Amino acid sequence: MKYVLLICDDESVSPTNEELAADPVHQTWWEDLQRRGGMLVGQRLRPVVDATTVRVRDGETLVSDGPFAETKDFVGGFVIVECANLDEAIEIAAGHPYARWGGVEIRPVWE
Amino acid sequence: MTAPDDRVRAAVDAAFRDEWGQVVATLIGLTGDWDLAEDCAQDAFASALTNWRRDGVPRRPGAWLTTTARNRAIDRLRRDAAGAGKVRQLAVLTRDPDEPHDEIPDERLRLIFTCCHPALPFPARVALTLRTLAGLSTAEIARAFLTAESTMAQRLVRAKRKIHEAGIPYRVPPVEVLSPRLAAVLAVLYLIFNQGYDEEDGRALTAEAIRLARLLIRLMPQEPEPRGLLALMLLHESRRATRTDDGALVTLENQDRSRWDHALIAEGVATLDQALASGRIGGYQVQAAIAACHVTAPDAASTDWPQIAALYTELARLAPSPVVDLNHAVAVAMADGIPAGLALVDEITASGRLDRYHLLPATRADLLRRDGRPAEAEAAYEQALQLAPTEAERRYLTGRLREL
Repeated sequence: MKYVLLICDDESVSPTNEELAADPVHQTWWEDLQRRGGMLVGQRLRPVVDATTVRVRDGETLVSDGPFAETKDFVGGFVIVECANLDEAIEIAAGHPYARWGGVEIRPVWE
Repeated sequence: MTAPDDRVRAAVDAAFRDEWGQVVATLIGLTGDWDLAEDCAQDAFASALTNWRRDGVPRRPGAWLTTTARNRAIDRLRRDAAGAGKVRQLAVLTRDPDEPHDEIPDERLRLIFTCCHPALPFPARVALTLRTLAGLSTAEIARAFLTAESTMAQRLVRAKRKIHEAGIPYRVPPVEVLSPRLAAVLAVLYLIFNQGYDEEDGRALTAEAIRLARLLIRLMPQEPEPRGLLALMLLHESRRATRTDDGALVTLENQDRSRWDHALIAEGVATLDQALASGRIGGYQVQAAIAACHVTAPDAASTDWPQIAALYTELARLAPSPVVDLNHAVAVAMADGIPAGLALVDEITASGRLDRYHLLPATRADLLRRDGRPAEAEAAYEQALQLAPTEAERRYLTGRLREL
């Protein structure tokens, strides 16, 4: 079995990647994960202010700032893409079938 | 201070108006760093005053300012170890060879499309355009939008951070997305205009919006909608002086047409004709055509209402909205008789699409008054008064109530 762990918070505490790496709880968690040898891919995301949402309605691509806020919708999948810039990510997002009835939220990876 | 000093000061002021956006746009293109670009542009304008007093005003002030700002950027990046790589890039002044040159007639075009990118919050697009392209200070923008300066500063910082962190490209969008992106740019310019138009002392903002629209036309002469927007703004602006009387709103019908700015009207109509000649109709061109019908009528009674009604039908097709439907209803009332218009207004009321909009009952009241039904008009005016958002509008409605 493969699982996705969605790591959530309200962004009221936003440590830097360095602070996070120095957090003993994070260190223990990370070491445990390494020991199990099971991690396939893990990335931290930039905060929601950097999010962009793409929807396609009646064939028209609608780009809006901010996260995908329709509460009746749930995460149905994810893909990590390498793009030249946000416009390319928007193009890819707009091509996904779910963009026609749901939406695709684009979140930059925090590197 | 001697006369030459005044001349230098005037030359720097003129250069600021004409060149600020271009200097910042070029520096962002070279360094990719928005803050550095703004700082160095600011430095270049500051040293212009001293240098031009000593050496005279250069033949091409824009080139002088860009070079000075670029040298300042090189100095700053040299001092910073991480910037060393960028200095080499700057020194050779190369452009991306893959960039299709026919799409980039001016660096400012890249700047305006990036400022108005739909991934940025709308208020941030407006603020960023006024700051980086038009050169307004954060304090000036905050004042114009009745916002605290710290809030506006925060908005600008966040927007620049998002451009960097989300990877918003610094470019003119390719042709397949150009049309929606251009619409986003025009929406920003029109909002700037309207903000200035609604304020008693908002002339600086309307002038800025008009200037930016002229720039956009120069940069994209083949696109008709920027011309449509410019025409619309000029035609609105021509009536500015007559819109209020002692703080109360004056409707178009009652405005003193002899005080309209006929030079602006002539330019607006000519600009609209150029746009329409392209044969690619758009929402701003239709709105400008409607405005033109109004301002070219010698008096209110000779307004071409059938033509205006037809234009609103076209606008509803291009940009459907209940407000457009309401304006269409008014035009129909004036063209085909009040009952026909009232029937359309009642349809909109029944749809519930404009429930909290004061102009819905105000329009209904006005049509009832014209139809000689004062009791019903009074009730509708009362309803509009409850919803009216500004003092000028409340005063206008109160006046109408008294006249019944």
